Amino acid sequence: MAEIKESKISTAALRAYVMIGVLALIWAYFHWATGSIFLTPENLSKLSTQMSVTAIIAVGMLMVIVSGNIDLSVGSVLGFAGGIAALSMTTYELGLVPSIIFAVVVGILIGVFQGALTAYLSIPAFIVTLGGLLAWRGAVKWLLGGYTVPISDSSFLAMANEYILPAIGWIIAAVAIGFILFMAYRNAKSVKDYGLGEANYSGEMVKAVIPIVGVVAFIWVMNSYRGIPVPVIILLGVALFGAFITNSTTFGRYLYAIGGNADAARLSGINNKMQVLKVYALLGAFTGIAALIFTARVGSAAPDAGVLKELDAIAACVIGGASLMGGRGTVFGACLGALIMASLDNGMSLLNVRDFMQDIIKGSILVVAVGLDMFGRRGT
Amino acid sequence: MPLLEMKNIVKEFPGVRALDGVSFTLEAGEFHSLVGENGAGKSTLMKTLSGVYPYGTYEGDIIIEDQVRQFRGIRDSENAGVAIIFQELSLVKELTVGENIFLGKEPSKLGVINWSELYHRTSKLLQDLNLDIDPRVQVGNLGIGQQQLVEIAKALSKEAKILVLDEPTAALTESEVETLFAILRKLKARGVGMVYISHKLGEVFEMSDRITVLRDGKTIGTHNAAELTKEKVIELMVGREVGNIFPECHHDFGETVLEVKNLTAYSIDAANKKVVDGVSFHVRKGEVLGIAGLMGAGRTELLMSIFGAWPGKYSRQVVVEGRNVSLDTPASAIREGIGFVTEDRKRFGLILEQTILDNMTLAGLKRISGAFLTNRTRETIAANGPMKSLRVKANSPLTVAGTLSGGNQQKVVLGKWLLTNPKVLFLDEPTRGIDVGAKQEIYAEINKLAEQGLAIVLVSSELPEVLGLSDRVMVLHEGRVTGEFVRKEATPEKVMAAATGNH
Repeated sequence: MAEIKESKISTAALRAYVMIGVLALIWAYFHWATGSIFLTPENLSKLSTQMSVTAIIAVGMLMVIVSGNIDLSVGSVLGFAGGIAALSMTTYELGLVPSIIFAVVVGILIGVFQGALTAYLSIPAFIVTLGGLLAWRGAVKWLLGGYTVPISDSSFLAMANEYILPAIGWIIAAVAIGFILFMAYRNAKSVKDYGLGEANYSGEMVKAVIPIVGVVAFIWVMNSYRGIPVPVIILLGVALFGAFITNSTTFGRYLYAIGGNADAARLSGINNKMQVLKVYALLGAFTGIAALIFTARVGSAAPDAGVLKELDAIAACVIGGASLMGGRGTVFGACLGALIMASLDNGMSLLNVRDFMQDIIKGSILVVAVGLDMFGRRGT
Repeated sequence: MPLLEMKNIVKEFPGVRALDGVSFTLEAGEFHSLVGENGAGKSTLMKTLSGVYPYGTYEGDIIIEDQVRQFRGIRDSENAGVAIIFQELSLVKELTVGENIFLGKEPSKLGVINWSELYHRTSKLLQDLNLDIDPRVQVGNLGIGQQQLVEIAKALSKEAKILVLDEPTAALTESEVETLFAILRKLKARGVGMVYISHKLGEVFEMSDRITVLRDGKTIGTHNAAELTKEKVIELMVGREVGNIFPECHHDFGETVLEVKNLTAYSIDAANKKVVDGVSFHVRKGEVLGIAGLMGAGRTELLMSIFGAWPGKYSRQVVVEGRNVSLDTPASAIREGIGFVTEDRKRFGLILEQTILDNMTLAGLKRISGAFLTNRTRETIAANGPMKSLRVKANSPLTVAGTLSGGNQQKVVLGKWLLTNPKVLFLDEPTRGIDVGAKQEIYAEINKLAEQGLAIVLVSSELPEVLGLSDRVMVLHEGRVTGEFVRKEATPEKVMAAATGNH
């Protein structure tokens, strides 16, 4: 078992540490360059709210990419689902809960439809979703008649603009710490239960220290401002769910298998087509959720809502170590990728970097990040 | 003066000394075989010769025609007259035969290709080799054997003086092998020196002037072929006496586990072409049924169709333990207790970038873990079983499959199917491209599984393997059954006659 842990650290974990290091450098630079504005509770709270829409989509996109596929339509689907929710709130006055359900269901249905075209009719995912990128954007414009639809309902707007009471934040922290400790205990115990060696309780507890410190620091920083923003709580839920799916379910394992070698997966009895359909449906659901937050943040549904969001999400996955060839990538990496992108946006805005310059820098960083990754891979 | 002399070559990788003072000579017009187990250093030696590992990354001298050479890359070695045909084909499938042969050196003026010259020269080259291949046909439309011959034509178009062939016959039919050998004899007569790497000792003895054996990166010896026997070569390769590499076995057959009736399968490309035509057979508990036949006889198609995995059209009736079953997907076949160790482990068997653990538990994941959630601990325990019983050589179950040797990769695929708890196991070319030691271990495992009551269907292109392991041999020729023999009646002559349609 000692060897097993060793090899685990040398691959996936090492990448994560490098990325966290890069993020720390970026933060340190911005904090210095902005004259100590960047790393304040207020700005970090804003930063995490800003990243939530991209990150929620990136979690779904990550799973699609791992299965060896791609979805270029999510930006347009986000606009469309947001438009549906806005009309349901305003013109038809159907109320909050039905509007939320509509947005998510629309996302799922579009995912199922495009997933079916990809998996069962074998039309390449790139083409199906490139078509979707155009078609769903057209659908939003038609739906909204070319106008922006403002929403004034405060319960709807709360999805993006409210904060959770600090006390509840600490309760969440307590639950999270309890969970981390429980998992550490179970890990140690299972080694003994299955006769693989002696249980190393103290070793597992030491390993649990870093995540616990992370949880406490996060809650403390958020509570120093106004508490955890609602979209960040939603993002945490989506990310935990995505991590659970990819790490701990047969469905998740099958996605990696299909992306790694579709023939071998099929011959091992996996229904590749069904898994691909499911993963598109899941991305659709997440896109629906992201659409609600996006619409609530802006306070209205616009015909151009979510333009280029697909590229942000894909970039987050790729910066986070996912391979567009499929079979490789983690939810944690995708979220970290989204955080790096959002940090760049936020930091450069604070520094008043001109808009066009921001795009040039972000584009270059994407290419350099992947280039360095490929370079490092060749060395091993 | 030898054509080629490699003196005291030492090549190190981090932590491994792959070549440890290897010396090798080749005369003009000589056919010199290089044999050894996988990992013995044959391919590494040839990569230093071809400049894949450039001068300076190894120690020792490479001398061609009395000149010490310092190749910086493949281009340099090609200019010195070295041509290498690697195991994996390096042709562009979408281009024509002519385009492939002249790729990178198209006859042209100012960048405009002279197509008629290109195709005329290709025709001449192919005629010269007695190859009946259209120079304008896309390479992807040729059979794998013909592609190999095109590859050789391409090497020859470079006026090679030294031709290195790395397992060139692995995918060839008997007649294609004969064509190849006729060409090689012709080249020999012209004075081309040839280095031949192969696991097939029959071919090695048929063609070689001299044989050099490598083991663990060292030269064990160079001998005239006439002074050696196959047994002696195997002994030199593995460094111990092997005796009979097929273990003694006594299988007790039980009742019929799998019965297939009237299986017909159609080609993927041509919907009316039958690749398997009305084949019926059965296999009993504890029995090894060998399926012999040449390339294209329909053996893989037969197994794929039973398993519900053939992408073309097919029809058949399958009976498992007396029950009619439909088996329309691999998942349903696995549920009925059929395991399928597919051919070409890199393409169909393994996810190379994933760990041994993930590969081994893939097919039986729901059985091992549960339908919805995975369980690492239970998976580790499950995978440790085959890891130990098959003696997979790896540090841990978390070693990445792609880093293993061919023999160990094959054991991982076999382990994957054992973890589905099968009643019937299909083995399609289970020992292709793996070394003698690993082969022997897999043979022993096959026998052990049969003794434990598993029904085994074995497809192999190596006749000695089919004859050495099978209790019963069924022979296919062009999709039809042309012979069936029990163990004592199955002689190489009878099986070969049936396989070629001469029965």
